[in-house]
Amino acid sequence: MTYPVPTPQDITGPALAGTTETMVLNMGPHHPSTHGVLRLVLELDGEVVVNVAPDVGFLHTGIEKTMESKTYQQAVVLTDRMDYLAPLSNNLSYALTVEKLLGVEIPERAQTIRVLMVELQRISSHLVWLGTHALDLAAMSVFLYAFREREQILDLFELVSGARLMTSYIRVGGLAYDLPADFLPTVDAFLKIMPGHVDEYEDLLTGNPLWLERTVGVGVIDAEAAIAYGLTGANLRATGVPYDVRKAIPYTGYETYDFAVPVGKKGDIYDRYRVRMAEMRQSISLCRQAWERLNEMPSGVYQTSDRKVAPPPKSEITHSMEALIHHFKLWTEGFKPPRGDAYVSIESPRGILGCYVVSDGSAKPWRVHFRSPSFISLQSLAHMGNGRLMADLVALIASLDPVLGEVDR
Amino acid sequence: MNWPDLLIIVVQCLVIAIAVTTAFAYLTLFERRLLARFQHRIGPNRAGPNGFLQPVADAVKLFFKEDVIPSAADKAVYLLAPAVAVIPAIIIWAVIPFGCLNTNWDYRACFADPHAAGLHNILQIAEIDVGVLYLLAVTSIGVYGITLAGWASNNKYSMLGGIRSSAQLISYELALGCSVLAVVMTYSSLSTATIVHEQGGLWGIVPQFLAFIIFMVASTAEVVRAPFDLVEAEQELVGGYNTEYGSMKFALFFMTEYIKLIAVSAMAVTFFFGGWRFPGLEALGAGIEPLAGPMAASIAVGLASLGSFLLKLVAFLYLSVWIRASWPRLRYDRLMDMGWKWLLPLGLANIVYTAVVLVLVPNRYIAGLILLVLGLISLAVANSFNKVPKPVDNVTYVKDLRSQAMIPAATRATDD
Repeated sequence: MTYPVPTPQDITGPALAGTTETMVLNMGPHHPSTHGVLRLVLELDGEVVVNVAPDVGFLHTGIEKTMESKTYQQAVVLTDRMDYLAPLSNNLSYALTVEKLLGVEIPERAQTIRVLMVELQRISSHLVWLGTHALDLAAMSVFLYAFREREQILDLFELVSGARLMTSYIRVGGLAYDLPADFLPTVDAFLKIMPGHVDEYEDLLTGNPLWLERTVGVGVIDAEAAIAYGLTGANLRATGVPYDVRKAIPYTGYETYDFAVPVGKKGDIYDRYRVRMAEMRQSISLCRQAWERLNEMPSGVYQTSDRKVAPPPKSEITHSMEALIHHFKLWTEGFKPPRGDAYVSIESPRGILGCYVVSDGSAKPWRVHFRSPSFISLQSLAHMGNGRLMADLVALIASLDPVLGEVDR
Repeated sequence: MNWPDLLIIVVQCLVIAIAVTTAFAYLTLFERRLLARFQHRIGPNRAGPNGFLQPVADAVKLFFKEDVIPSAADKAVYLLAPAVAVIPAIIIWAVIPFGCLNTNWDYRACFADPHAAGLHNILQIAEIDVGVLYLLAVTSIGVYGITLAGWASNNKYSMLGGIRSSAQLISYELALGCSVLAVVMTYSSLSTATIVHEQGGLWGIVPQFLAFIIFMVASTAEVVRAPFDLVEAEQELVGGYNTEYGSMKFALFFMTEYIKLIAVSAMAVTFFFGGWRFPGLEALGAGIEPLAGPMAASIAVGLASLGSFLLKLVAFLYLSVWIRASWPRLRYDRLMDMGWKWLLPLGLANIVYTAVVLVLVPNRYIAGLILLVLGLISLAVANSFNKVPKPVDNVTYVKDLRSQAMIPAATRATDD
């Protein structure tokens, strides 16, 4: 079995030569339901999609290249801008990779905060997926309900980092700041209301006949093809493959948490929907576990004690020569990991987000590369979409949950 | 026809045309505010008190927008299409009775047979004997505007929208016709005034419950309203047939759609909810006449009947907004399925029951109840055949990845 990935030229070529009876339609880059600036070249027979070729690159920002001219700590800010719906996951993948290069130990409290933040991020990202997915099928209220709760999560991010979207909260060596005093009670309030809200979304969609007609049996991919195309995350799990990096290669102490990986069966849009909804509930439980641990831990520690990586506290600088030198070196030059390379993958809301960093021993990375799940999942569009109606393609794109900032980097 | 009568008709037409376009403007505000309520938002509330001037602001904005004609468009047809769309939407209103008020100030005439009384009801522009046929004919002309717009824009999205519209409107017209035909049979008249009059004892929804359901579905599809708004599905076709239209030309399409929505709601009220009739109207007239004279009684009944009509209309519009707020859109092939495989057979079956029951059972109340039961049974039967997939929860929870095979056996998924 071959798994083709058509290029735009495969479709436009025959059409320009005038050898086809079909219509070529340029869907995007400006189109309401391409989730950003994805361009799809469609070959249509009436409304039936004969072939579809994704054309990416309209949001190319050169993030990976720019990182080469920043110090390791400065480059964290750029990772926010890749997958703009899950900046904290991006921060985490990059921070973990550089920490692996440096070989630093992160204190347990910082790790717990990381888990809490990343799981909140997963909920918020899934809320955007749910909202836009429903909106693409014209169920408009769900979108606003989902954004109502996302707003609360963004407020939480604002509490800890001062920014709602581009948080840059997870830094190499720990976190940017300690948690503010009112953070944990606010998280508690949010975690109390959130399960009820997930029920509310499910009430609107799960059993809705129109929703079922649009999603069940549409955009089917089997496990074999999903693996061949490199699908990860909920898209892969919906086909019945139990794979989650949090379980397979645990990081930031995920092995100590009690959670389950929801796995689907049919690999259609509806299973992806069910899997992501179940994931949201699992994330809520993970957040609760992290919250309980944080409640018992003394506050204060939020980054590594390695002074070559994390700056000393202000109180130390005023009376310690050593601390002052560390501070000066970190702010003028940054830290220098040893020569070598490191790769760490994490489970971002969209799937396996891998980060590969090569160090030449200087204070700036020699090369940074991200394995972005959205970029890889888009290539399976033709496999799932061909032969279906154009309306199904819209549902399909939404169900894959691509973020174009991450696709083009 | 003498001059005063002609003058009355001209004034009526002007008033209706202005009232309908104003109703359109405020329906947009009603919809936006109501949708906002459904969605935990506030909605437009800046222009005027409670956003009351929002429609005015919208209109002014649309008037001042640049009027762009795509260079590749078929100019004449492109310019004509909005007019072709909006005119049928407005002239639908000619045969709908909004209330009952005659210039002889005789409120009793409202509750007598409209043809026998021979009085001119000034709350209905034209009482023609084939009013129902007129309604069906005019609503179906509406498709031309959309189809022409889709074709003349020379845009692929517009063309797909135009094709969808012609297919959708033609398919649902049959079901719409069937449901209305059953009503016509029940009241043995094609005149809207007579149909309203005949619903004095029992509103049409009871004997023609099945026809009402078919009418609601088919008319929603006929005015391309959510969840049947495939013609302009912005998530799929950007804007559908009106993608290339801007400024007032777009506004005319927008207006068409909403006026048609109000019009089919008015048709539903007329056919199934007794039009302007409301329990107690006659008693109101009888109560006022000895106190304030026949003129006051007649005006009171006229206003109350108009109010009752508008109340029912608003209830339908509310329902429409509610549906739009909560349901996803149908897919094109399922829409066709529904029109041809469900609504049309149900509509035909309904005509057969209606004919048989009306011939065999002379008492209209008993006949009505029998028809209601038959309608409910056929809906239940139809529902038992529905192919909507069941919400199967395929999710299993895996705690230990090693406990399960990585690639499950027999994964080759089957298409629906």
